[in-house]
Amino acid sequence: MGVFSSRIPCRPNFLLPHHNLSCYTDEMSENLSPHLLTLIRLTSTDLPPDVETALQVASKNEIPGTPAHAALRTILHNVDLARRNGTPLCQDTGTPTFYVAYPEDYSPHALRDEIRQAIAAATRQALLRPNAVHPVSGENTGNNLGGEFFPPIHFTEAQDDTLTIDLILKGGGCENVGTQYSLPDTTLQAARDLDGVRRVVLDAVWQAQGRGCAPGVLGVAIGGDRASGYQAAKQALLRQLNAPHPDPQIAELENEWLSQANQLGIGPMGFGGNTTLLGIKIAVLHRLPASYFVSIAYMCWAYRRRRLSLRRGLALFT
Amino acid sequence: MDHNLTFPLKDEDVLALHLGDEVLLSGYLLTARDAAHKWLLETFIENSHPPSPEDQNIRNTIAPFLDHGAIYHCGPIISGEIAPNGSINHIKFISAGPTTSIREEIYTDRLIKHFHVSAIIGKGGMGANTLATCQQVPAVYLHAIGGAGTLIAQTVQRVQAVYKPEFGIPEAIWIIEVKAFPAIVTMDAHGRSLHTRVAEQSREALEKYLPLK
Repeated sequence: MGVFSSRIPCRPNFLLPHHNLSCYTDEMSENLSPHLLTLIRLTSTDLPPDVETALQVASKNEIPGTPAHAALRTILHNVDLARRNGTPLCQDTGTPTFYVAYPEDYSPHALRDEIRQAIAAATRQALLRPNAVHPVSGENTGNNLGGEFFPPIHFTEAQDDTLTIDLILKGGGCENVGTQYSLPDTTLQAARDLDGVRRVVLDAVWQAQGRGCAPGVLGVAIGGDRASGYQAAKQALLRQLNAPHPDPQIAELENEWLSQANQLGIGPMGFGGNTTLLGIKIAVLHRLPASYFVSIAYMCWAYRRRRLSLRRGLALFT
Repeated sequence: MDHNLTFPLKDEDVLALHLGDEVLLSGYLLTARDAAHKWLLETFIENSHPPSPEDQNIRNTIAPFLDHGAIYHCGPIISGEIAPNGSINHIKFISAGPTTSIREEIYTDRLIKHFHVSAIIGKGGMGANTLATCQQVPAVYLHAIGGAGTLIAQTVQRVQAVYKPEFGIPEAIWIIEVKAFPAIVTMDAHGRSLHTRVAEQSREALEKYLPLK
C-alpha cells in the first residue's frame, strides 16, 4: 500500500468551505467507506467550481431588478449557504448515479456493497433525501436502496492502479424533461443529418422551458440505440463545463447550438432572460443503418458531480 | 415592486400582486405533493369514501391554515425522526426547495376553491385551469427558486405538525412556519402567466432558428 512520509488522518466529517480537498489514508478498499461518505457529502453540499463560475457569469449577464437576476442571486446565495452549512443545496438529491473505474485488484461486487452502505449512511445523515419509491406499492424504502437498479452503478476496469468514482446527483425535475428523438422527425423537419440534430436539440430546450431548473446543461448523444444513447448522454455530463469535445468539429457544434439555445430567451427558471443553458456536451455513438436517435439528458443548474480518485492510499476529491 | 406577505392573506393583498413582483413570505405554509393532493381531493371533495374520524380531525386542523393560506409543493430533507408517539420536537428542515407544480394541475383548481387557498408555491408554473381559478378566487402562483433547498430551509422557523407520514417523508403534509421566504409572482389574479408569455416569446425565437424548409 502507499508509503507516505507524512500521513494526515482522513476526517470524513469535515465541513470545509473550499474545493479539491485531499486527504491521506493508510488503507485502500478495506477502508473505503469514509471516502465514499465524503464523496456523497461534497456532491450534495458543495457545487463544483466550474458550475459556480458559470452561474456567476450568467448573473452578470442579466439586468438587475429582473426576475432572472433575482433567481440567479438566490441561486448563488444558496450555493454559498449550502457549502458553509454542509447541507444539501437542493432537497431533491435525485438518482445518485455512480461511474466506477476500478483497478484489476478490486472486486466490483465488494465496491457495490460499499457504495450501497455509504448511500444508506448518507441518507441517515440527511445528506440525501430518501428517494427510492416502489412503483407498484408506492412504498418509499427510506434508505435510497431499491433493487439492483437503485442506485445505478456503472463499472469499467481502470487502465492503471487508480480507483476513480464519479458521482452525479440528478433530481427528478430535470430528469423528467430529458427526451429522445428518432430521426427523421417530420414535424420538426429534422432529417438524418447534423442540422436535423440541431433542430431536435433546440426543440428539447424549448419544450423544457424552465422546468428542468434552468440554466441547465445538456448531455446530447448522437446515434447509439435507445439505451446506449441515454446512457452516453448522461455520461457526457461528467465532462467539465470548460472542456470542449476533443473533436474540433463536434466542439464547434457544442458552441453553436449553445449560442442558439441562449437566444431563445427562456432564461433562469424560465423567467425570461439571457442564460437558458450553461453548456452542451455531445457524445457521438455509432448507430444502426436503420436508426438515428438523438438522446438528451437535461441537468439542472444544481449540477452536482464530484470525483473521488484513490491511488496508493491517497484520496483526492475534485 | 417587492412585497412582504404574511399568511393568512387578505384578498386585496392578493389582487395587489403582479407578474414579476418579488415577495418575501412569512407565516404558515402547508406542504403537499402528489399523494397529499390525491388524498385531500378524494377524501374531502369527491367524497369517494367517507372520511374516518381521524381524517376528519386532520381536516379540522389543517383547514384554518389553508383558508387564505398557502400550499407549498415541496418534499423536504429533514433531520431527526418522527417519534413513535408522533412527536416531531426534534425535527428540522435541512433542505426544502420547491418541486415541479404541474403534476398537481388536475387537483389544484378544486382544492383552491374548496379551502379558499390564496397562494400556491412551487416551481415551473401551472396550467390554464389553475390560472382561471386564481382569477376567480382570487389567488396567485408564487414561484420559488428551484434548487435553493438550503436557503429556503433556513427561512423555516418551526415545524408545527406532520400529517399522513405514511406517505413517506417527501410526500407527507408538513405544516411549517416561515419567515422571509423569497419567491416571484409568475401567475397573478388578473389572468396573466409569465410562463405562457415566455413560452410564446421563445417560440417566436425558436422559429427563427428552425425555418421551415
